[in-house]
Amino acid sequence: MTGLDHRTPAGSGRGWVALPSGGGRPGVDTFARVWATTIAGTSYVPLSSTELESFLRDLAGRIIDALLDDTFDPQVGYEVGRTLVNAHFTSPETLGRTVAVLGNRLLPQLGLSYVEGPDAAELASRLAMLQGSLASGFAEALRDRTLDEQEAIRQAVLLAREEAQYALRASEARFRAVFAGAAIGIGIADPDGRILEVNQALASMLGYTVNEMRGLNINSLRHPDEPIEMQQIFQELAAGGRDHIFLEKRLMRTDGQAVWTHLTASLIRDEDGTPRYQVAMFEDVTERHQLQERLRHQATHDPLTQLPNRTLFFERLNEALRSDDPTLRVGVCYLDLDGFKVVNDSLGHDVGDQLLVAIANRLVQCVSVGGHLLARMGGDEFVILVAPSRDTASAIEVADAALRSLEEPVRIAGHELTVSASIGVVERPVAGTSVAEVMKAADITLYWAKSDGRNRWALYDPERNAREVARYTLSATMPRALERGEFFLEYQPLVRLTDRTVIGVEALVRWRHPQHGVLRPDRFIGLAEETGLIVPLGRWVLAEACREAKRWQQKYPGQAPFVSVNLAVRQLHDRGLVGDVSAILSETGLDPSCLQLELTESAVMGSAGPPLDALHELARMGIRIAIDDFGTGYSNLSYLRRLPVHTLKLDGSFVEGLRPEDASDPVDEKIVSTLVSLAHTLNLTVTAEGIETSAQEERLRDLGCDCGQGWYLARPGPPEAVLAFS
Amino acid sequence: MERPSWAPEDIDLERPSVARVYDFYLGGSHNFAVDRELGRRVIETFPLLPKTLQENRAFLRRAVRFCVEAGIRQFLDIGSGIPTVGNVHEVAQQVDPTIKVVYVDIDPVAVAHSRAILKGNEYATAIRADFRQPEVILSHPELQRLIDLRQPVALLLVALLHFFPDTEEVQRTIARFRDALASGSYLVISHASADTQPTPLKVAELYARSGTPMAMRTKAEIARFFEGFELVEPGLVLGLDWRLEPEEAVDDNPERHSGYCGVGKKP
Repeated sequence: MTGLDHRTPAGSGRGWVALPSGGGRPGVDTFARVWATTIAGTSYVPLSSTELESFLRDLAGRIIDALLDDTFDPQVGYEVGRTLVNAHFTSPETLGRTVAVLGNRLLPQLGLSYVEGPDAAELASRLAMLQGSLASGFAEALRDRTLDEQEAIRQAVLLAREEAQYALRASEARFRAVFAGAAIGIGIADPDGRILEVNQALASMLGYTVNEMRGLNINSLRHPDEPIEMQQIFQELAAGGRDHIFLEKRLMRTDGQAVWTHLTASLIRDEDGTPRYQVAMFEDVTERHQLQERLRHQATHDPLTQLPNRTLFFERLNEALRSDDPTLRVGVCYLDLDGFKVVNDSLGHDVGDQLLVAIANRLVQCVSVGGHLLARMGGDEFVILVAPSRDTASAIEVADAALRSLEEPVRIAGHELTVSASIGVVERPVAGTSVAEVMKAADITLYWAKSDGRNRWALYDPERNAREVARYTLSATMPRALERGEFFLEYQPLVRLTDRTVIGVEALVRWRHPQHGVLRPDRFIGLAEETGLIVPLGRWVLAEACREAKRWQQKYPGQAPFVSVNLAVRQLHDRGLVGDVSAILSETGLDPSCLQLELTESAVMGSAGPPLDALHELARMGIRIAIDDFGTGYSNLSYLRRLPVHTLKLDGSFVEGLRPEDASDPVDEKIVSTLVSLAHTLNLTVTAEGIETSAQEERLRDLGCDCGQGWYLARPGPPEAVLAFS
Repeated sequence: MERPSWAPEDIDLERPSVARVYDFYLGGSHNFAVDRELGRRVIETFPLLPKTLQENRAFLRRAVRFCVEAGIRQFLDIGSGIPTVGNVHEVAQQVDPTIKVVYVDIDPVAVAHSRAILKGNEYATAIRADFRQPEVILSHPELQRLIDLRQPVALLLVALLHFFPDTEEVQRTIARFRDALASGSYLVISHASADTQPTPLKVAELYARSGTPMAMRTKAEIARFFEGFELVEPGLVLGLDWRLEPEEAVDDNPERHSGYCGVGKKP
């Protein structure tokens, strides 16, 4: 109860003081309006001004009732004070103004200012008590309200916190579920690598239980073959040097097996940036890895022999050559079986394949001792990579060993097959060469081994290569040279020794090469024979020589020399030869008796069938046939007798030994004299080649030799020079 | 490390809360020392602020009554804060106790308090959500329980938008609400502005220092928030000019004119 609570004055009752005007209390409305104006805006209340006035009118009525009531109850002020606070008049200013407006305005507004005497004192006392109890009620209600609201907001905070905690727990539970149930292996370690937490997927992947893994160091999961660089990467992560790692990493299962994983590791830092945790996620990619390995093996190995294939060989050769150590050397033995095609063609591919497998096995055993790589390049070609190579000799040893390993015959399907191989060996310093250069050299060298007779190795020789390149270049440009008229003829007189009359000339072909100058036939005729160009070239020579001879004939009818033209073996074997010759003769109009064809001893002697027929045909046409370089081959003398030959040209080597009478080589003299008499016996004339001295000319004349040719008698010259002799 | 969006926020009583400071301005005790400290400093700068807010509150009351008279029976009050005296459901349900009210606030304490107050009121509820996520709000099961989005709704954004400095974002967000609301819905906005006098800028500074950025927009900027709505009479005006009841006292102190109010109707 409030201290203002006390009894009303004795004898007082309702209406103890009269209001000036009767009926209703207009003063109440006015006072309420004044009161509203006074406190408006002091507190926020959700009331319009009309509502506020009506609210205060009620309160004012209750105060006035209490003031005038017979039984004074100051408790009314207390209730009004509470009511104000409950209507959200919470500002102390509202109270202050209310107390003031009650004191100053209530009695005048009610028209009670006139009251005097003890009633006035009673009114003043009552009003003061009402003001006091109103203040008391207001303060108490405001305190209650404040405490209630504080309590409410604290409850709200607790509730909100509880909800936040619940949400946090739910969130943690969610993440724990994600962590535990993830199909991917997840592990958390401290910066020192001590495992704090792993999930079931990771534990299962490695064959542990989750508990067993806690506390382990991540290093104990590492596969022993892991390269040192990878450990460094992890150290960098732990030390804060990098924040993420993505790589393929091998881990060790508890059963010792390797697990290939795709690893994503991250460093988790605290708010200051200090490394706190390492989090790693592992995806088991063992199967994918094995598949990749299998695919890689397939891509780099030969399915038949299981040997590395050319791809792998080139990879390794590349690696070997990539080294910049100038002392390192590399060796390549390029091996090709001799005559493998025959086996394949005659015994079938199946046997051929088995043979290749058997050979591969022999070679593998042979090279594996030295740790060299053996690859099958395709077909019947194999290659041995000697890297690093000690020296050339060691590479040759490898080639030798490979050849030896093939010496024993191979038994396949009841066949005993003897196989040999040719090997091109290239051995050189790693520096300054390339894969392409090495392989080109090996290829060329293999070809040399083949062309040198097979079943052998050949060592790459840069000088031989240079020569062959030059020859090749020459032979390649020859057809164009013929088209462009780079060839021309010189003529060397054939002189009758008895009277020094020029009876014929030998046409000698020359090549006026744009770079190399004038080339003699020894530089290009061999090439032309190899390439077959000798046929068109020979035809051109023959035609040119015949045209020239015809001119001489026209100029000195009856006295002009015959022309002697060399004929290569291939020309003799050319089926068009007789036709070509007769066409040329008729084109040029040269009498066949003015033409001599020179063939080497071996060309003539080896002839049979169509070539021999051609020779007979040419002789029948009236053309003279001479055997060139006679005495250097193996002549079948009885056969010679039946051949359509008119002249033997004695090789210059016999003439060389002939000197003035006393100094002459008796054997050479005997041979020459025997050959001359032999020729004469067979009704053939003899022409000696290579006469360089007067003594030689003299001896040959004495020995009965018919004709001579050589620098001493006359040098080869242009056609105009021939005319000078005639 | 930044708190990821999925991790629940902790309740930080070291920082003043906009909702509790507002309660303090209105004479409530739903606040803590830290809130009162900011409140007092603001009032020092802008002594008329409590009155201004009272008037803002009065605008809210008038706007709610206007909507109720226009037939609206569903209210969505975003940024409702501490449900202090004269709240939307009190004003609206005075007329029709079955009027539905959904309060939305980002402040978990305000929401918890609202729920406590609304306990037993089957037509009003409070949910915690971010104004900038209309889809989250509109699809919230509590909202779905009370509000039928096929019927018109009054969307109240009272004394809220000046706490979102990104104007474009606010525009986009309002547009998303607008598109989800039925024809005949209302948009109620009150917004702080420094158009007529500069004091609110200082207030914004104080708020910014306490960790809550504020944006004082011009009338034209605020008007653009009503895009797609037709402003009802008298349009976008100072709070005291909006449908003041005839007997209400008009205080012409220009210092109090620190914000614009308006109500728009979706055609």
